[in-house]
Amino acid sequence: MSLLRSPSREPLWKEEFSVFTSDERYVTRRQFAKFLTLASLGMFVGSLWVLAKAYFAKTPSFPSVEVGEAGEIPVRGVKLFTYPTPKDHCILIRTGEDEYVAYSQKCTHLSCAVYFSAKDDRLECPCHQGFFSVRDGSVLQGPPPRPLPKITLESNGATLLAVGVMES
Amino acid sequence: MHGYEFYVDPSRCIGCQSCVKACEECDTHRGTSMVNFDFIDRGGTTASAAYVCWHCEEPTCAMACPTDAIKKGDDGIVQSSLKSRCIGCSNCVLACPFGIPKIFPEYEQMMKCDMCYDRTSEGKRPMCATVCPSQALAYVRPEEIAGRREKPTNAFQFGNQKVITRVHMMVPAGTDSVSLDVLDYMWEESDVAFAQPQ
Repeated sequence: MSLLRSPSREPLWKEEFSVFTSDERYVTRRQFAKFLTLASLGMFVGSLWVLAKAYFAKTPSFPSVEVGEAGEIPVRGVKLFTYPTPKDHCILIRTGEDEYVAYSQKCTHLSCAVYFSAKDDRLECPCHQGFFSVRDGSVLQGPPPRPLPKITLESNGATLLAVGVMES
Repeated sequence: MHGYEFYVDPSRCIGCQSCVKACEECDTHRGTSMVNFDFIDRGGTTASAAYVCWHCEEPTCAMACPTDAIKKGDDGIVQSSLKSRCIGCSNCVLACPFGIPKIFPEYEQMMKCDMCYDRTSEGKRPMCATVCPSQALAYVRPEEIAGRREKPTNAFQFGNQKVITRVHMMVPAGTDSVSLDVLDYMWEESDVAFAQPQ
């Protein structure tokens, strides 16, 4: 079958599902141009959709949840809690007399629960030895690709409140 | 392919069925013969006929296929049905004027002669033609067949349908095409097995 044949008068389905192997794979210039046009139109509309979605997306709001009383845990002690939903486990660490930090407990590598190692002053994931800094949640060693999401804390008198999640 | 053509001459067939057995040897369908072998009228004559797929220019089997499973390549060979597409509906079996396609219910697939594509595409002869002792099935160059008394034709007329084929049939000299009308073979007789067309 020649590449330079004239457009056939057969119905399209007969050309698309031709008995002849070579006709089946044959793409006319008009078909190719149509494909290019439609594909680029599709990509353009897709990009518009992504843009519109980003433009109209709401900024996420977090509830204010009571985590515990100040002084409830000893210095270098921890308390586990869930925030913002009951399925998101977090860890609260008292690093100083009046210093508290909280992180998501889910390792950013494969979601194992991290624990606080008071001896080495770091958060450790037991699954693949991924270590995180207590100071800012950054990765100290191991496979985790991102720092731990940090829980923003506020103190309301004697009560500690979780008010937000900071992904980095 | 490679300058060779397939010629079928039923008048030379001696009924030895070597072709049937040779076809079974093929590794692509081992144990199953794709050669169509018929006794013409077993009660009245020893005549027999072995024939292969005729590989029509416009294959009726492929045109009747609802799933686009039968394909004809650029080399003119109509291939067996594609396993992934064939639904075993038998449309091709009913459509083929030569009665070539064979349905295999156990595989839910149609299989037919592909002229030993693995061999002929490399310039070898098909299994059946290599073993035929009387060369009723011959895969030779056209100039070799020209020496025979019968002449090759590849035009068939089935009622209103004209079929041009890749494989040639040897017919008496002076005959342009093989013509057959099913209506000629429909007659009112009580015992059709021994009846002959008028």
